[in-house]
Amino acid sequence: MKVGFFVPCYVDMLAPQAAISSFELLKRFDLDVEYIEQAACCGLPLTDMGYDHKACVLENNLTKWLSGYDYIVIPSGICTDQIRNHLVAVEQTPEVRHIRETTHDIVDFLHDVLQVKSLPWAKFPHKVALHNGCHSLRSLRQARPTELMIPDYSKPAALLELVDGLEVAYATRRDECCGFGGVFSIWDESCSSQQGLDKVSDYERNGLKYVTSADFSCLMHQQCIARKNGVDIKTYYIAEILNGDAV
Amino acid sequence: MKQVNQVKLGAKFIADTPHRVSHDRCLWAARMRRDSVAQRIPEWEEMRSLASQIKMHTLSHLDSYLEMFEEKLKANGIHVHWALDAEGHNRIVLDIFQSHGVKVVTKGKSMLMDECDMRPFLAKHGIEVYEADLGERIQQLDDQRPSHIVMPAIHKLRGDVAKLFAEKLGSDPDIDDPSYLNSVMRKDMRQHYIHADAGMCGVNFGIAETGGIVVCTNEGNADISANVPPLFVASMGIEKLIPTQSDLALFIRLLSRSALGLDITQYTSHYHGPRKGQEMHLIIVDNGRTARLGSEYWQVLKCIRCGACMNTCPVFRRTSGLSYDAPYMGPIGIVLEPSYNLDRYARLPYSCTHCGSCGDVCPAKVPIPDLVFYWRDVVVKQGKDQLSHRIEEDGMELVLRSATNLSHAEKLGLWALRNLPQGLLNSSLNPWAKAHTNPEPPKETFRQYYARKYNGNTKK
Repeated sequence: MKVGFFVPCYVDMLAPQAAISSFELLKRFDLDVEYIEQAACCGLPLTDMGYDHKACVLENNLTKWLSGYDYIVIPSGICTDQIRNHLVAVEQTPEVRHIRETTHDIVDFLHDVLQVKSLPWAKFPHKVALHNGCHSLRSLRQARPTELMIPDYSKPAALLELVDGLEVAYATRRDECCGFGGVFSIWDESCSSQQGLDKVSDYERNGLKYVTSADFSCLMHQQCIARKNGVDIKTYYIAEILNGDAV
Repeated sequence: MKQVNQVKLGAKFIADTPHRVSHDRCLWAARMRRDSVAQRIPEWEEMRSLASQIKMHTLSHLDSYLEMFEEKLKANGIHVHWALDAEGHNRIVLDIFQSHGVKVVTKGKSMLMDECDMRPFLAKHGIEVYEADLGERIQQLDDQRPSHIVMPAIHKLRGDVAKLFAEKLGSDPDIDDPSYLNSVMRKDMRQHYIHADAGMCGVNFGIAETGGIVVCTNEGNADISANVPPLFVASMGIEKLIPTQSDLALFIRLLSRSALGLDITQYTSHYHGPRKGQEMHLIIVDNGRTARLGSEYWQVLKCIRCGACMNTCPVFRRTSGLSYDAPYMGPIGIVLEPSYNLDRYARLPYSCTHCGSCGDVCPAKVPIPDLVFYWRDVVVKQGKDQLSHRIEEDGMELVLRSATNLSHAEKLGLWALRNLPQGLLNSSLNPWAKAHTNPEPPKETFRQYYARKYNGNTKK
């Protein structure tokens, strides 16, 4: 199984640990994993701002580099959603359709493709709040959003429960958006930060000190707001815990 | 035309902690009640799919259903009028009222009449309209739009209402007890109910097969408007039509559960003709709806106006409905208002974090999250985007299109995070720094880690 590992722009620069843990975790399984050095960005900021149609050069470059793999794995839910559901500026050739269908977030890949049933190297004896980023939750459908009246399930929780000593917990408003929203956090700084403050206060009221997510962007937003407001939380990207790197 | 700046208006509400906290709590409680009543219905998701399909079926056969509806309405003794736009609607209302010598009107809730700006128009012609819905009446007294489509004054605290009633109705400003405030309003409104020359209300559902209209309220405001005066005028948008009486059952089951988390509204009133001695009119209004029907965003017409999307929207709950400065607000507002007036509402589609919750609570499966993307695209293509966005976009596109460009930008960004003085990094030039610390710059990027550890060898 030839797997292309794509590290999106913000992860490379601001969350290299998320990519390192994901990469090293993938290498524990019997896979032909290749880091796609040339790939830079999924194009999400452009789609987000309404400039989808101007993303042609970017998407052409990207699909060229993402071609030739059985699967693409990305340590970021929002970027995976972008490629699966919004990679539309480029012509929809069979190759592009293949990329869109076989691109997975690390959680989906471990849970659905590799069907991981044990993580003997991972230990984290703490109660950990699981924050499902909105794109992972309501676009990739990694877990049941509380809005939907369907049988309960959660892929990230199922993986976290394989970690020795770890107890999955949630904020009271378990899947309310934390307000990051990419460029939204700059355009509408006041609403974005109020949402973030409400989220970290929710953890604090519930005595939750550790927070994890399949979206580092949400964690960065929450961690930086918590620090500014003196709320004591520590955030880990989900692969850091699953690979046993969180201590 | 000046664009409505929801961000700026919303920021004021956010800064007002008591109002924001109460607003957010009330609406989140409605969302939680919605979850718990929906959970008790095993076929809830099937009901949503069915509602969506019935709406899509009706909308794609609207011409024949509307004709059937008109025929049945007339057979039931209801006068039928067709209005192409808001102006036409208001003109028809005025004609009916003038030919009957109407001076005083009581009115149940109607988003459509707000959309048509009817009240100020009638006032100019000497006709006084009194809102019969408590929240709507509060907003009328305060000279504000409704801030929510089913809870029009939800952004106010009890104390605000006490102060308003004291000023407008002469009550005690220091008593904010709800039963006292209710009695003040009851006493004031009764005189209007008794003396009204005509009653008006909106329509939740028109039934093509039977030629009747159905109105759902919790206060009976439609009923008092319909049943007391000798003349009754209702208005409905063409998209409110459903084919049959049995389809109605589905929508009634969904409406109040989605809106307020109640199994059913207190009043579900069916009007299939005038009372004895009464005259009943129905105005069927287009006002841009057929244009929507022929467009890519036609599914917006499936909306049944329950307000569930507002209750769940994290932006709406913190900024309140008035910040949208439009008849329709919240998630449905940001995808509906640009179709009325793109110049004025070009910024609204950006008041969204793309959390997607609105799409999952919507009882008719209006794909609001997709429509937000659709409208941002339209805003850009019509050249109504903001200059700052255009500059950001150009820069970003260049940086992000290749790994080489990106790695230069990363080096610059990380250098800045590591070396620029904190005073500059945390200055007002950086909106992020207002409420956040800056992210800690890592020792190396993944790219650098990979090159160091794997010596640039891309294979495992």
